[in-house]
Amino acid sequence: MSDAATVAADHGHDGIEEHFDDASQQREAAAFGMWVFLATEILFFGVLFASYTICRVLYPQGFAVASRHTDLVLGTIETVVLLTSSTLVMLGLRALQLDRRRAATALLGSTAALGFAFLVLHGFEYYREYTERLIPGLNFHQEGPQARAVELFFCLYYAITGFHSLHVLIGATLILILTVRVARGAFGPRRHTTVELTALYWHLVDIVWLFVFPLIYLIGRAG
Amino acid sequence: MSAIDTAALPAPNFLARDDSLIAWLTTRDHKRIAILYTLGITFFFFLGGAAATLVRLNLIEPTGTLLSAATYNKSFTFHGVVMVWFFLLPSIPVTLGNFLLPLMIGARDLAFPRINLASWYLYMLGGLFTIAALLAGGVDTGWTFYTPFSTMFANSNVYLVVIGVFVAGFSTIFTGLNFIVTTHTMRMPGLTWFRLPLFVWAMYTVSLVMVLATPVLAMTLALIGLERGAGVGIFDPALGGDPLLFQHLFWFYSHPAVYIMILPAMGVISEIVACFARRRVFGYTFMTYSMLGIGAVGFLVWGHHMFVSGQSLYAGIIFSLLSFCVAVPSAIKVFNWTATLHKGDISFDAPMLYALGFIGLFMFGGMTGLILAAPALDVPLHDTYFVIAHFHYVMVGGSVMAYLGGIHYWWPKITGRLYSEGWARFAAILMFFGFNLTFFPQYMLGYLGMPRRYHSYLPEYQLLNILSSAGASILAVAYLLPIAYLLWSLRYGARAGDNPWNARGLEWQTSSPPPLENFTRRPTVREAYAYDETAP
Repeated sequence: MSDAATVAADHGHDGIEEHFDDASQQREAAAFGMWVFLATEILFFGVLFASYTICRVLYPQGFAVASRHTDLVLGTIETVVLLTSSTLVMLGLRALQLDRRRAATALLGSTAALGFAFLVLHGFEYYREYTERLIPGLNFHQEGPQARAVELFFCLYYAITGFHSLHVLIGATLILILTVRVARGAFGPRRHTTVELTALYWHLVDIVWLFVFPLIYLIGRAG
Repeated sequence: MSAIDTAALPAPNFLARDDSLIAWLTTRDHKRIAILYTLGITFFFFLGGAAATLVRLNLIEPTGTLLSAATYNKSFTFHGVVMVWFFLLPSIPVTLGNFLLPLMIGARDLAFPRINLASWYLYMLGGLFTIAALLAGGVDTGWTFYTPFSTMFANSNVYLVVIGVFVAGFSTIFTGLNFIVTTHTMRMPGLTWFRLPLFVWAMYTVSLVMVLATPVLAMTLALIGLERGAGVGIFDPALGGDPLLFQHLFWFYSHPAVYIMILPAMGVISEIVACFARRRVFGYTFMTYSMLGIGAVGFLVWGHHMFVSGQSLYAGIIFSLLSFCVAVPSAIKVFNWTATLHKGDISFDAPMLYALGFIGLFMFGGMTGLILAAPALDVPLHDTYFVIAHFHYVMVGGSVMAYLGGIHYWWPKITGRLYSEGWARFAAILMFFGFNLTFFPQYMLGYLGMPRRYHSYLPEYQLLNILSSAGASILAVAYLLPIAYLLWSLRYGARAGDNPWNARGLEWQTSSPPPLENFTRRPTVREAYAYDETAP
């Protein structure tokens, strides 16, 4: 019973849940859980990348034509925005660990802002594609021998960037909520697991984009 | 229990605490969530069973007079969807696994109790979508949703079912994630990996498969929805998309899903055989590695569902070879169970009858799997009743027998009561004969060339179909019997005591039913299956 007593005493503070022995076990479980979740996300996007690869092998010329319809400038700016946001979220976490709450709030807030900025930029892209009649199922209309493959490319483009943007939306919203909570002092040098895990998720969203960008915007333009 | 006995008596068990409906629906106790899940999957089992009853009734006559062809298609689709995603896939992990995993590793709960409860709600929500699809008129694509039929031609409620399965998939992912993290981080001191009970190994392996396979299904189903609704034609041949790509993605998930259904059953059988043969499981290390081997190779054999789909001959040969490889670890398990029985002090209690039934039926189902894994034999047998019989021997003869064996084995631990042993043995034996009468004729029908999913058939197949339907009626009685005597035992059954089978697992060291915290004093572990140093 002494075991149970120490556990109960331990649980009085620091927000350790009843079923964990101590803080390190709880943190280890939470972090490991996030890594497993990220593994599922990779397989989730893996379906799309596999589909893209197969279709690309089937229709290389069509995909080369289609890729030139994408907006390289906006795509590059979006890449920079996401990479910067990933840096800021890590700096924000570090500031939190050093107990610099105002810096942490500003850095996390900027991360969320960049996330939403990414979505706005992507919105511009979608709008331009709408005016150029490139959206399958809505107004797709292209001429030329490669029209079918171009439509297939844009199906994949919307599936991939759509699911990715959904992840950006979720991540940016979570980070915005965390920013408010950090500002209110909910986290500190000894309590930052939630921020750390959300940052991991944000990195994954970023890494997925690092595959999307070359596949959609760059490869087709080569040669 | 009243509020008075606080200090003198042991902690109240998990069932005796606050038992209002709200307390149950907001519980984070893994044991209560296991019971919520048991209610859910039992409901869906009988719902799927009702659809199977319609199918078997219709097939009594060659002309299929009972159902219209359209209704028949909806019946077997509903049977497949419900049985695969709302019964077989979750069955053992979410009920027995949820209940036992923390007990077997000496933890107070799973690592993420809230996610565990959320997974139950997702499961029920997915089920509601599926039932809504049924009420809205059903779906006729078959449980496999093959494109382009499901995306372009089917006019039934594909959306609702796809959403239902999609949602239920996240419930599976949550369960797998929870089990993996729990096994890694919550084991009690001294319980090293190779001291874990084989049931825990089974839960761990199956969780890996769940976590790695289910996201693929989720995205594939999302693409079907997008193709139907938004014109995203990745599987649409009119755009140059590839309907076969759907089959690859679907079976990349659904073949590992077969192992999601059978691996937990293997874990249950290992525990039961060891207990009722009074011997340690023969070749413990081989048993763990063979499970991991099945889980790993299971990801590389999906193409054996597609031998006649037009995939390349060389792909077919490789997939065939890898499929044969799965037989090796599976055979190791069967040999080791029988080796455990050898010179054992065997008692034929109801759980053991289920376990012995499992070993026989699984072996038969597995061997016919080898026939289907050979491309030359699969070409004539593909899409015949031979395939139906094969996977029902593994899924129903294997997984369902193991699930029921496990429910009987751990029933005294879960409820604190003993059921009627006589009735339980009778039901187990009846189930074995009913099962074989139902499905053995289907092997013969398949061999004779009767195709699956047909509403009517040639008159010369009638005798075997009547035998099969007659067996199904016996099987139905055998499935209903446990409901009756298990419910009876809740009220009138004798008190079970902590360890009625004299079993050695850690879960038997605590009281029955266990207290909320699982153990009042945490035990220690020296070696596998020898938790109590004083035990023989």
